[in-house]
Amino acid sequence: MTLHTLNRAPSNTALLADCLRACSSGDTLLLIEDGVYCALAGQPIAWPAGVTLCALAADVAARGLDSRLASNIAQADDAGFVQLCCEHTRVISWY
Amino acid sequence: MSTNKRFLIISRRPPYGSSHARDALDTALTTAVFEQPVSMLFLDDGVYQLLQAQQPAGIQQKNLGATLSALPMYDIDQLYVCDSALRSRGLGPDDCLLPVQLLDSNAIAQLIRNHDVVLSF
Amino acid sequence: MTHLQLNEQRIELDNEGYLRDLSQWSPQVAEALAAEIPLPLSDAHWEVLYLLRDFYQRFEHAPAMRPLVKAVSLSLGPEKGRSIYLLKLFPDSPAKLAARLAGLPKPTNCL
Repeated sequence: MTLHTLNRAPSNTALLADCLRACSSGDTLLLIEDGVYCALAGQPIAWPAGVTLCALAADVAARGLDSRLASNIAQADDAGFVQLCCEHTRVISWY
Repeated sequence: MSTNKRFLIISRRPPYGSSHARDALDTALTTAVFEQPVSMLFLDDGVYQLLQAQQPAGIQQKNLGATLSALPMYDIDQLYVCDSALRSRGLGPDDCLLPVQLLDSNAIAQLIRNHDVVLSF
Repeated sequence: MTHLQLNEQRIELDNEGYLRDLSQWSPQVAEALAAEIPLPLSDAHWEVLYLLRDFYQRFEHAPAMRPLVKAVSLSLGPEKGRSIYLLKLFPDSPAKLAARLAGLPKPTNCL
């Protein structure tokens, strides 16, 4: 299983498309930095099936998104980020 | 001796991923301190700067939203937002921390023509 | 002056006299900073100092002269919201001096 991190806003459409194409069922996608804007409710993003979606809590709070996240996206704190890295066999940064 | 030029600051990046948004805001505040008339236009990902309830202490940054909310104190109250940039992100004027005027693309081109100096960040 | 000794408390200052640790501010600290100038603090001074602390709380930066004048005008009235009034209270550079006494960082965008 792979952990993907994405750190750009969804307006970077080519990066988001590459990232989503590279995700397999069972993978986890962690949205960090400006990537958390992908987690804003109401975004027209076709999330791949079977991929666990989460967003880094400090980046979510910084950008005022706490109460605006899409319901299918959980939050992870910094310790959770570390744990995700340990649980997955490889990590890919999309940036 | 005052020769006023009309300044337009265009801000089109998100608030924290880079220094662009902070640079745009500092430029606007400094221009206002020189008593030049300043307008700000938020385009593209720049509209994210206007979201309420930003709490960047956890990423060790200063609150850009708090500084933005001081713009009226600098007599910068001509604030414009690209309507489609806001709506395509699922946001509306009620999500913004300051009163803003929504513009379509014709109005944006007109706004640029009405200013003497335009700086883009 | 790199520090201020106030009873038991040692207050570190930067080379322009601003507090290094803003949380150390108290009215006694303001009095001690003003006494070094010397500048006796009246009620007219205090209402501006507390207004500045409110400004910083809300907007997270210390105001330059123009926004300071506007903030004073909005909350203390247009009679006081004038450069000349603030210059009399805080000579030379009101935005910088008042920020220093109010326990704020040096104003940004201050010319």
